[in-house]
Amino acid sequence: MSATQAPPALPTAVSPGVAGMTPEDLVRAYRVMLLSRATDDRCLSLQRQGRIGFYVPASGQEAAQVGAASALAPEDWVFPAYRELGVALYRGVGLERLIDQFIGNAGDLLKGRQMPNHYGYRDHRIVVASSPIGTQITQAVGAALAARRRKDSLATITFFGDGATSSNDFHAGLNFAGVYRAPTIFVCQNNQWAISLPREKQTRSRTLAEKAEAYGFPGVVVDGTDVEAVHAAVADARSRAVRGEGPTLIEAQVYRFGPHSTSDDPRRYRTDAEVEHWKASDPVLRLRTRLTSLGALDEARDAALVEEARAAVAKAVSAAEATGPVDPTTFFDDVFAAPTPQLLAERDEFDQLLKDGAVKP
Amino acid sequence: MTELTLVQAVNRGLQQAMRDDPDVLVLGEDVGVNGGVFRATEGLLKEFGEDRVLDTPLSETGIVGTAVGMALYGLKPVAEIQFLDFIYPAFDQIVSELAKFRYRSGGQYPCHVVIRTPYGGGIKGGLYHSQSTEAYFAHTAGLKVVIPSTPADAKGLLLTAIHDEDPVMFLEPKRIYRSVTGEVPEGDHRVPFGKARLVREGTDVSVFAYGAMVPVVTDAVEAVAKEGISAEVIDLRTLVPLDEAAILASVEKTGRAVVVHEAARFCGFGAELSAILAEKAFYSLKAPIARVTGYDTPFPYALENLYLPNVERVARALRTTVRSG
Repeated sequence: MSATQAPPALPTAVSPGVAGMTPEDLVRAYRVMLLSRATDDRCLSLQRQGRIGFYVPASGQEAAQVGAASALAPEDWVFPAYRELGVALYRGVGLERLIDQFIGNAGDLLKGRQMPNHYGYRDHRIVVASSPIGTQITQAVGAALAARRRKDSLATITFFGDGATSSNDFHAGLNFAGVYRAPTIFVCQNNQWAISLPREKQTRSRTLAEKAEAYGFPGVVVDGTDVEAVHAAVADARSRAVRGEGPTLIEAQVYRFGPHSTSDDPRRYRTDAEVEHWKASDPVLRLRTRLTSLGALDEARDAALVEEARAAVAKAVSAAEATGPVDPTTFFDDVFAAPTPQLLAERDEFDQLLKDGAVKP
Repeated sequence: MTELTLVQAVNRGLQQAMRDDPDVLVLGEDVGVNGGVFRATEGLLKEFGEDRVLDTPLSETGIVGTAVGMALYGLKPVAEIQFLDFIYPAFDQIVSELAKFRYRSGGQYPCHVVIRTPYGGGIKGGLYHSQSTEAYFAHTAGLKVVIPSTPADAKGLLLTAIHDEDPVMFLEPKRIYRSVTGEVPEGDHRVPFGKARLVREGTDVSVFAYGAMVPVVTDAVEAVAKEGISAEVIDLRTLVPLDEAAILASVEKTGRAVVVHEAARFCGFGAELSAILAEKAFYSLKAPIARVTGYDTPFPYALENLYLPNVERVARALRTTVRSG
């Protein structure tokens, strides 16, 4: 597609010539989506019980995340927002490792430093998330340019929401990517709501994807509840990227079934009827139907997979809750490669307070 | 050794690092074809090509965000922000991202970017080409803050910055880019962080300064020397990490302290220095600590010479401090 073409009308067709997902691929995707959904269900309840401090659910967006992740190569770098549980699970991040992070315990590779969901794992080439909106977009472009400079044949992919398309870094990142033809895939999970702001109040643009045209590269809209459609769009974008044809913006249209986070009540700003309308396109149910029609799934097998996911979450939560608290002596580590004299003095003061029992972890 | 201006020394530092390490690259506005608005990157495009000298679109958050991504991948980007006054669109990337990557990832993702930027007044730059806001960065955990005052230090500290493992804000005193010249060692000359420079020894009062204020302080100290005041001058070189040991040792010797910076006074870096001295050198002090600084106004255009600390203001503070106790 040339940069000057208008974005396709909704919904886009799967591009011809891009390898689709086999039934085995779809089963793998389904299992990850079930695990993601089960993790959400359990973590929302853990948060209400005060067992984790906060949670950002991904329910409704599983197909967009898993479809995208399934189109990547292991060497590709992921720059997430903070809602990409499906990507982390698909890339093989262990559930217990994630729950450790949600709790912030001694097993948390991030040493308890971040709110739940703000994780990142170098082993899986998932860059650590932050809360400011859109900042990962420019970073993904920089990493892509660095990969090209090193002659590494890979793409970077960054995820963000509809709200992020109003951010400074969205504009800067897409503009830089266009200018330098960066091998970057921009995936906007348009879940229709930026906390309480509906999509139509975020921008007057007809689609979010069409913004790509202003930056000189293709933008496509996909049905983000269809795992195969997302996979095809990302696979297409990835092959363009590694062929040196530059970036792509993909708008995956999804719906966030739950709250933005456990800190808001979506009934304040949207109707139950709207939620019900979108639940007809529940990505998990859609894939279940598809697998059944392919003969790759029957009721008994499905029930077993659902139970497998539930049990895996239960096991990970038990293990994570049995893990001890984060070690307070790591408090001053990793500010710099080596602590400054000022930090060493603060650490001594802190150690004394701990020793005296004046502060308790 | 070669006699260079400060901005030439910056240029030689960049050239040296780029020759020694293919991972070092430069990006920013007008840094390529134009060689930088102050010519700090002159000749680099020709020698190293467009792959390593990137003329960027006009977006500071784009420059720093891109540099952050490059650094995460393992390159050593040196980003130029044309004036410190224009850095604020990138403040989020610097403060929320660059400064916190190592910590927030539990050490998995170090992020080593050097941000070079000219700072300070004295060039008729008005509100938006003159400010000294080093305190914003010194206040942010995870950033090193470096301000050279001589050509040799400009090259030596810059090379240390580029080969460091942490994010570095490298603030260049543009007022003395060309007015100060000095001998600069050839090759991979490095000046360590966290080691203040003893500019001049003295016994009556210690003066702490950095960047473009160092020559002003030196002139003031020479003026009061004729009146029998022996002042010790310490150039901090790096605000983070801070050479507290050198600061305290000097005041323990002289018993008096004057802090000079061109940044505004309230919550300026001098406030931190004064607090450290009050906490840790109180019993050595014979007189109140004095601060000579810019004022708590926006930086004025026509009256900039009245805003900036000058030789006479510093000299008055030295006389008052020495005579008061």
